[in-house]
Amino acid sequence: MIEWLSMGGYAYYVWMSYGALAIAIVAELLVLASRRRRALEQLAQHAQDEAFEEQAA
Amino acid sequence: MNAGAAIAWGFRRDLALAMRSRAEVAIVLAFFLLVTSMFPLGLEPDPALLAKIAPGIAWVAALLASLLGLPRLFAGDHADGSLEQLALADAPLPALVAGKVLAHWVATGLPLVLLAPLAGIQFGLEPAAIGILVATLLLGTPVLAWLGAIGAALTLGTRGGAALLALLVLPLAVPVLVFGAGAVESSRAGLGAQAHLSLLGAGAILSMVFGPFVTALAVRISFE
Amino acid sequence: MAGSGFFKYSSPASFYPLAGRLVPVFGWLAAALTVTGLYIGFVVAPTDFQQGEAYRIIFIHVPAAWMAMFTYLVIAGWSAASFIWNTRLSAMMAQALAPTGAMFAFISLWTGAFWGRPTWGTYWVWDARLTSTLILLFLYIGLMALRATIEDPRRADRACAVLALVGSVNVPIIYFSVQWWNTLHQGASVSLTAAPKMAETMLAGMPVMGLAAWAYTIAAALHRVRSIILEREAHARWTRELVR
Repeated sequence: MIEWLSMGGYAYYVWMSYGALAIAIVAELLVLASRRRRALEQLAQHAQDEAFEEQAA
Repeated sequence: MNAGAAIAWGFRRDLALAMRSRAEVAIVLAFFLLVTSMFPLGLEPDPALLAKIAPGIAWVAALLASLLGLPRLFAGDHADGSLEQLALADAPLPALVAGKVLAHWVATGLPLVLLAPLAGIQFGLEPAAIGILVATLLLGTPVLAWLGAIGAALTLGTRGGAALLALLVLPLAVPVLVFGAGAVESSRAGLGAQAHLSLLGAGAILSMVFGPFVTALAVRISFE
Repeated sequence: MAGSGFFKYSSPASFYPLAGRLVPVFGWLAAALTVTGLYIGFVVAPTDFQQGEAYRIIFIHVPAAWMAMFTYLVIAGWSAASFIWNTRLSAMMAQALAPTGAMFAFISLWTGAFWGRPTWGTYWVWDARLTSTLILLFLYIGLMALRATIEDPRRADRACAVLALVGSVNVPIIYFSVQWWNTLHQGASVSLTAAPKMAETMLAGMPVMGLAAWAYTIAAALHRVRSIILEREAHARWTRELVR
């Protein structure tokens, strides 16, 4: 296993590459999730504001 | 107003405006020579090195200098509302825009072309190479003017500023840079600059044919 | 306002649930393809005689470069569609694809550097493909910067569409000019496209990873466009029904 991880001595290069890709994908997924959450929160806020306005009117 | 008259009208008007603010134009030219002067200071004044890098540097400096002058293409008219008037006018907008860009090129691009020999001398370029450099700039600056016009129209009134304009225009200007600077190197290597100049010429024609329409479209989009 | 056939889904309201169903499909497809591709790349493919294990980086470097290029063309396609049919959704799809395309362009450059160092001695070589990918990254950043700078979404749609179309016309010209520039100065650097010949089993993982990247991009873009739809259609009744 250790032998496989060391990638014939090229561990640094191989894992920096695959690691960067993994980080990039995880980061993108997190950003996607948070964007969706924010959008839904803003919508909920809008809906609330509307409900108040309807009540006041 | 037909297209020809519109081009002439736009050209005359913008050229007159440029003449009135000659200082703005002069600054662009001074910037060009300032940039070229920076490189020997940042590197070393070794004549062989300078002569070798001269075409690339002259071209990059021309790129940056032409970027500098771009905002004034539409900013003035946009600020006082006359750009919107032009967009609504009877005359075809692409023609009006063509007149403006032509005037812009005469006021800022053409002087760069004429100033290039000075940059060549700064770097110890041989006369033949200076000649090719001037030719490439003559063909390339119109392309830069049109790429810049599209960029300026797209970013009208935005907070992006000069940096955004540079970010949009510079990647698109890479082919012009490559063929422009490459022409001088190629002729120095004895391979002749025919191919490069032909490609630049083709680029100039294409940009003059399509530029007005894309720029006019971009201007209209800014008025949403 | 549902139309029929193809155009039925051109309204954000009807596309939203469809996209929602498709995201997990493409997501799992991407995961499965990635596992398969990495298996082929790491277990099946033998060690390269010259480059050792370092060559395995191509299994992400090349697919990332492909995706970056391909995604830009797809953005141009959606941009053209937004002009031709004047549909908001086409522009939203273009908007949704850009960040993922930019990510792949960056990964392509990063992995290219870490592949180049052990193989050719330097982290960066100015070869035609890497240089073109660098410019492509700047084109992506320009698109996203323009989108961020223009406040009105519809104006941003159209401005970015113009930029994407002008850019896509330029991309082949840029690639051609960079190729020319590179061959002119050959000898100064080694080209990554002149890579040593590799055995077939070694390269079999690449198309699989390419498809994985494609599936991932679709999943990410569809997820992103759903958020974009929610953001931009906030005034519409159906979006507010969603959160009730």
